[in-house]
Amino acid sequence: MLLSGCNSMVVLNPKGPVAKTQSDTIIFSILMMAFVLLVVYILFVFMLTKYRSSKTSDDYEPPHMEGNKWLELIWTVIPIIIVAILSVVTVRTTNAVEKVPAGYETQKPLVIYAASSNWKWHFSYPEENIETVNYVNIPTNRPVEFRLYSYGPITSFWVPQLGGQKYAMSDMVTKLNLVAEHEGSFMGKNSNFSGKGFAQMEFEVLAQTPAEYSKWVKDVKDTAPKLTEQEFNKLLKTEIVGRKSFTSTHLGFAPAPMDMSEHGHSGDSKSESTDSSKPMDHSDMSNMDHSNMSDMDMKDMNDSSSMESGH
Amino acid sequence: MKWDEFFVTGEPMIYGAMVSIVLVSIAILVGLTYFKKWGYLWREWLTTVDHKRIGVMYILSALIMLFRGGVDALLMRTQLAVPESGFLDSQHYNEIFTTHGVIMILFMAMPFVIGLMNVVVPLQIGARDVAFPRLNAVSFWLFFAGAMLFNISFVIGGSPDAGWSAYFPLASLEFSPTVGNNFYSLALQISGIGTLMTGVNFIVTILKMRAPGMKLMRMPMFTWSVLITNVIILFAFPVLTVALALMMFDRVFGSQFFTMANGGMDMLWANLFWVWGHPEVYIVILPAFGIFSDIISTFSKKNLYGYKSMVFSMVIISLLSFLVWAHHFYTMGAGAMVNGFFSITTMLIAVPTGVKIFNWLFTLRKGKITFTSPMLYAMAFIPIFTFGGVTGVMLAMASADYQYHNTMFLVAHFHYVLIPGTVFGVLAGLHYWFPKIFGFRLNERRAKTAFWLIVVGFNVAFMPLFFLGLQGMTRRMYTYSADTGFGPLNMIATIGAFVLAIGFVVLCYNFYYSFRHSPRDEHGDPWDARTLEWSIPSPVPVYNFAKVPHVESQDAFWHAKKHNVPLFKEGPYEEIHMPSNSGQPFILGVIMFFAGFFLVFSWFIPALIAGIGVVIMLAVRSFERDHGYHISAKEIAATEQKLRGDSV
Ligand code: HEM
Ligand SMILES: [Cu+2]
Ligand SMILES: [Cu+2]
Repeated sequence: MLLSGCNSMVVLNPKGPVAKTQSDTIIFSILMMAFVLLVVYILFVFMLTKYRSSKTSDDYEPPHMEGNKWLELIWTVIPIIIVAILSVVTVRTTNAVEKVPAGYETQKPLVIYAASSNWKWHFSYPEENIETVNYVNIPTNRPVEFRLYSYGPITSFWVPQLGGQKYAMSDMVTKLNLVAEHEGSFMGKNSNFSGKGFAQMEFEVLAQTPAEYSKWVKDVKDTAPKLTEQEFNKLLKTEIVGRKSFTSTHLGFAPAPMDMSEHGHSGDSKSESTDSSKPMDHSDMSNMDHSNMSDMDMKDMNDSSSMESGH
Repeated sequence: MKWDEFFVTGEPMIYGAMVSIVLVSIAILVGLTYFKKWGYLWREWLTTVDHKRIGVMYILSALIMLFRGGVDALLMRTQLAVPESGFLDSQHYNEIFTTHGVIMILFMAMPFVIGLMNVVVPLQIGARDVAFPRLNAVSFWLFFAGAMLFNISFVIGGSPDAGWSAYFPLASLEFSPTVGNNFYSLALQISGIGTLMTGVNFIVTILKMRAPGMKLMRMPMFTWSVLITNVIILFAFPVLTVALALMMFDRVFGSQFFTMANGGMDMLWANLFWVWGHPEVYIVILPAFGIFSDIISTFSKKNLYGYKSMVFSMVIISLLSFLVWAHHFYTMGAGAMVNGFFSITTMLIAVPTGVKIFNWLFTLRKGKITFTSPMLYAMAFIPIFTFGGVTGVMLAMASADYQYHNTMFLVAHFHYVLIPGTVFGVLAGLHYWFPKIFGFRLNERRAKTAFWLIVVGFNVAFMPLFFLGLQGMTRRMYTYSADTGFGPLNMIATIGAFVLAIGFVVLCYNFYYSFRHSPRDEHGDPWDARTLEWSIPSPVPVYNFAKVPHVESQDAFWHAKKHNVPLFKEGPYEEIHMPSNSGQPFILGVIMFFAGFFLVFSWFIPALIAGIGVVIMLAVRSFERDHGYHISAKEIAATEQKLRGDSV
């Protein structure tokens, strides 16, 4: 009974290191907070049972009490200690979940661009040169770097069993590093309200063994059609579609916006670069020739992009 | 523009609403005419500058908005009760959660708090009025104009549908082409200006108009909380003003501050919104802390424990409230350093809040606790709010928030702080000060029935949402499929919401019941209370204090009662100078309403005319020579004689 309850709580049922870190953090915080609650509740019940007027004599006059320096110090300092402990845990785990998970740093991550548009998700695999819509297959035990952006309102990419979410926005790319350590089909969704079709904006994440994954990639390449620019533009406009697969990506004719995900946390970000006030405009970018841009070039561009207000 | 763009059509529920709005309006008009109450209404209420009456109007509007927002909540809960429900469609649901959020926070919680502070603060500090009575009336009418403008969007033009936080680019013309978000920007702007003026007014009132001897550190805790709240208003609301103005430029005049193209920055909106939005939640919670402090000390028959640290903790909270806004978008990719900073500042708020909880608990210690209805709300507040608070600390941890963000867990958390904090706070305050305002107490039996329905219903309605969040249910989704497994818990939550609603109905029925049956209050101090407002008769005469009180300690009235020292100097009454009523604030509100309405629909010429009307009103006021009027000593003596059987 209890177990089944826990299984349904996807957040506490992690299938990868990032979600595991978060689940552990959550459980740790629950224990700490349960302690705080216990103290308050015991005191509360004690005061209410002991000092109700029906228990005192009619002529009882409550004393005048100014407060007590020492007591007040105690209930200032102990919470400060608790907050300090939680802060250390938070800073560490936040750092951990922002990076490639420990133990996977040496592997080359599988880069997948995930873009949202009109209540659907486009997944582009530059490495394999394929693209899917509304479902994403990944190999187990390999870091996956999702690069997120949006063709419309802000959305949030969330696969609770693999890790917490990140926003996808129109003017920048954010990064989310996830690893699946178990095979299986996981629910993924947009968790940031984006209008009418928001509730339908779900996708499946299928974690497969590397061999099965390669087979799937081959299948797609063998059977799926090419993604033309025209087809892609039509797809962008369509509201809510089912699953689709293609043997090429849209990154060639419609590259991702400037990547801003590096700034803000690394002291070494090269902020001397140009034009910080003006994010890239998609219409301009589509005129630029990015089709033969390697992953390396992309990275350079990322690093030189500078801080934008608000991040 | 066609008629069907102007009126919202095609929805049976909205037709129903239109018909009932028209019928109720007609009933009110006919009733007023039949009972010949137009003159009374105008002279005694619409033109009043009396802070007590303005307070009552605020509270009445807030109660009506509580029901409007509550009906929204019930509609949403009905829709979510079962998977794949067809009760509301997506667009309708989106409009409803948006109006629910906006109305509850801006047109219910805040005006309720402002209403209580209008009624109580001058009385607690021994003042005859607020510093700027006429401005106070302007504040009210601007708030009211904004609230009405927001509410008509429901039937005229369509309500905003981008959430109460109205994130861009979703709220831009491109993705939200109806006039809904124009209503949002203009209605909030108009009422926000009113709030800002309230902020100025009450800071001056509290700093300048305290009775002789009432040093800052002798002020009642509610007055302290109001002072700090108004300082927050003074710093936070200008940010809202700017943000809403930019939003209006984007939507009405086609500028591109927050759009996707041409350098618009969606995150600029998020930052501006939450720089105001987070302090806003403290604007509605701190006065509730003050109310609970006064009530807990009154009904434990003790002075407040740790008075100084209570004040100090509120000051710290108000400072920290401006340093945490980015916890609303940890997931925006700002990186671990930034998120770490905002995590720590957010968690730090738990420290001063914890100090307050313990001080309240120790106020109870060695007390003589009586469980009156205000005290019940205060006592329910402590454990439930603490629960909401610790879940807030959990949310504050950035790494974990990546999992909670935008889920039902968050929805559960903020209702767990807003309802026991603000709503219980204002209800406690209402039950507590009701006899001061109207001269009779609310019936305790009915008050307690309502209380238990509300407390039980609340927990049943919101506890399941924590688990739904951990199960992956996001907020703002109008439907879900059966295989998500969200069904059963949602059903429980909906049942809880209806129990809660019945509680509110009983609570309101109690106003009517008590009006009919409660004995009238004779001596003005029904609770054997501690602060100055209880030293004068109820209902309070226009001039509040016939003689200015002299304050010698904290809990001045209690001190006077216990030590048998006179609060008021001996001697004859003196003439009192009072401000005269004025119809101008009301008229200004009406003009602002129309100016806003015309701008919503981009009807620029009528809007311009209304704008000129506003300028004329201001000009008229600046040339006016009205020095108020005097109440003679004889008249005061007669009034006091009648109210409390005084001689002299
Ligand atoms: C009286 C009982 C109440 C019930 C049953 C209730 C229920 C709800 C529900 C079902 C939602 C939307 C959940 C979703 O789909 O995301 C919601 C959102 C919200 N509620 Fe309440 N609520 C109540 C009272 C309040 C009060 C008193 C306040 C504030 C003082 C409040 C403030 C909000 C806010 C700010 C939102 C978010 C709106 C948004 O997402 O834009 N609610 N509430
Ligand atoms: Cu961004
Ligand atoms: Cu906040």
